[in-house]
Amino acid sequence: MKRYLIGRIGQALLVLWGAYTVTYLILYLLPGDTLSIMLSASGMEADGLSAEDLAKARAYYGLDQGLWQQYADLLWRALHGDLGHSLSLNRPVTALLAERLPQTLALAGLAIVLSLLGGIGLGYLTAYLQWRPLKTALSRLPSLGFSVPVFWMGLLLIQVFAFGLGWFPATGSNGFDSLVLPAVTLAIPSAAVYAQVLQRGFQGVWQEPYIVTAFAKGLSRAQVQARHGLRNAALPILTLVGLQVGNTVSGAVLVETIFSRNGVGRLAQEAVLRQDIPVVLAIVSVSAAAFVVINLLVDLLYPYLDPRISHCPKVS
Amino acid sequence: MTTPSPAYPVSTPLAPAAATWRRHSRLRRLQLTVLPLLRRPGFSLALAVVAFALLAALVPHWLTAFDPYATAPADKLRAPDAVHWFGTDELGRDLFTRVLYGARLSIQAALLAVGLALLGGLGLGVLAGFAGGRVDALIMRVVDVLLALPGLLLALAIVTAIGFGTVPVAIAVGVGILPGFARTTRAEVLRVKTLPYVEAARLAGVSWPRTLLRHVLPNAWGPVAVLATLDFGAAILATAGLSFLGFGAAPPAAEWGTLIANGRHFLITAPWVSLLPGLFVVAVVFSLNHLARSAEEAPR
Repeated sequence: MKRYLIGRIGQALLVLWGAYTVTYLILYLLPGDTLSIMLSASGMEADGLSAEDLAKARAYYGLDQGLWQQYADLLWRALHGDLGHSLSLNRPVTALLAERLPQTLALAGLAIVLSLLGGIGLGYLTAYLQWRPLKTALSRLPSLGFSVPVFWMGLLLIQVFAFGLGWFPATGSNGFDSLVLPAVTLAIPSAAVYAQVLQRGFQGVWQEPYIVTAFAKGLSRAQVQARHGLRNAALPILTLVGLQVGNTVSGAVLVETIFSRNGVGRLAQEAVLRQDIPVVLAIVSVSAAAFVVINLLVDLLYPYLDPRISHCPKVS
Repeated sequence: MTTPSPAYPVSTPLAPAAATWRRHSRLRRLQLTVLPLLRRPGFSLALAVVAFALLAALVPHWLTAFDPYATAPADKLRAPDAVHWFGTDELGRDLFTRVLYGARLSIQAALLAVGLALLGGLGLGVLAGFAGGRVDALIMRVVDVLLALPGLLLALAIVTAIGFGTVPVAIAVGVGILPGFARTTRAEVLRVKTLPYVEAARLAGVSWPRTLLRHVLPNAWGPVAVLATLDFGAAILATAGLSFLGFGAAPPAAEWGTLIANGRHFLITAPWVSLLPGLFVVAVVFSLNHLARSAEEAPR
């Protein structure tokens, strides 16, 4: 177990390093003059500067060094918790993130809870119902759920619940009330995925011998589903929760823009709009880190939830 | 077709006279798979919606009499009626027309993204699955890393580096969905590679490239095609999302995402300006997903 743990953590760190490197390569190596992008991001025009000033600016941003030198430098500082300096806001990126992160964490946390509740609830209901037309309709619902653009759903919810019914504020980031609509918007695509997987899981589980046994013991359909069906059908969802973190982060960019919330997602949108390279690099790395850590946790949790899986004797 | 065709051509080998069994032509085999599907109303409807969107992308002027850029200040923010099916926007432009013309940019972007992901993913997946060993390990580690980066954020990073516009957005989205294709292709190639007919072909002296092109790829193709259809919908959503955030085509050209974003400012007074174009996008993407699911479930 200990060996597995060390190996798995090492693998996670490697993926994280890879993610940082890939993002660095994309941002600094792709066509497009990095210097002029950085200058325009900090409010200057590259054309208006003399050659001398350009050289000075190049040195200031560390672009005069070799690529490897720059990369090693950035990575070294990132490892020490210094994610660089925002070009357009003129503040350390770490401070910006620390300021914005709580908003996004609250949003993402509530969205994950809501998506699990909604997704599992829908999947469970679909499996329980026996009236054909309703069952078919409910089984099509997840497919509709991830066909709806997140931003359009947000606008629809604003229109109905904020402007139409007036139950929740349309925008802003004060208090729990303003958190509800964004979290629901963000939860819908993930909930659709969970519901779909759970529906398929139940389809498989109903064929299993232990279900026949449970019925033979005299349990009712509801009891069989709750005690024997759900736990087995819901297992794949655990893996999915880890994988959906990426979608939740992506969705947060859109949702925070629509609902004008001051979170990391909105920061990302503004940073890209101003081509603020250090901020983009930091946000992408931080969300990759979140993804890697949560998936690591999910992997480590698996043996506790499913005793059939054990990491100790490695057969393969 | 007036006579109902048998679902499967199994009856012929039983009759002794029909000893000369012939392979069905490609067209006939296509008919056998597609016809039962077409009888399902949901499938036909989805196909019609997708066909309509493709038609709009190719020849939008056939479907509407309005000019997408002609402003008419007197008719601004008019609610949907018989003349303006989706209403008009803040400059009096017909929204239905703008959605149809927007289809061209949006569908081109999605096609470019999926094409890029398909080519790159197929290439990497086949290489990894076929070469095995270190090449496989290296490619799959890179794919793992790309999968750890949230798709939209990876696309945002790429857009930051290469600039805004429809084509950069499409490229960024394509790179974002590429790892999925590489994974699926590799898994399929690994599965097909061990099947007896591949061994037989190798024993008969067929070269590796020919085995790959004639025996492995055609049989590994199915799941990848389903994924492509699914991801075509996902690519439409992703490009719309990026253009909604303001990184897509510059005005007055309109993508679906820009149209929806534009209507945000009139949500209270004129909700249709962003909701109806969005509904169109939902219909198209839902239809694509439905088609992909039907293809997945269809007996093969």
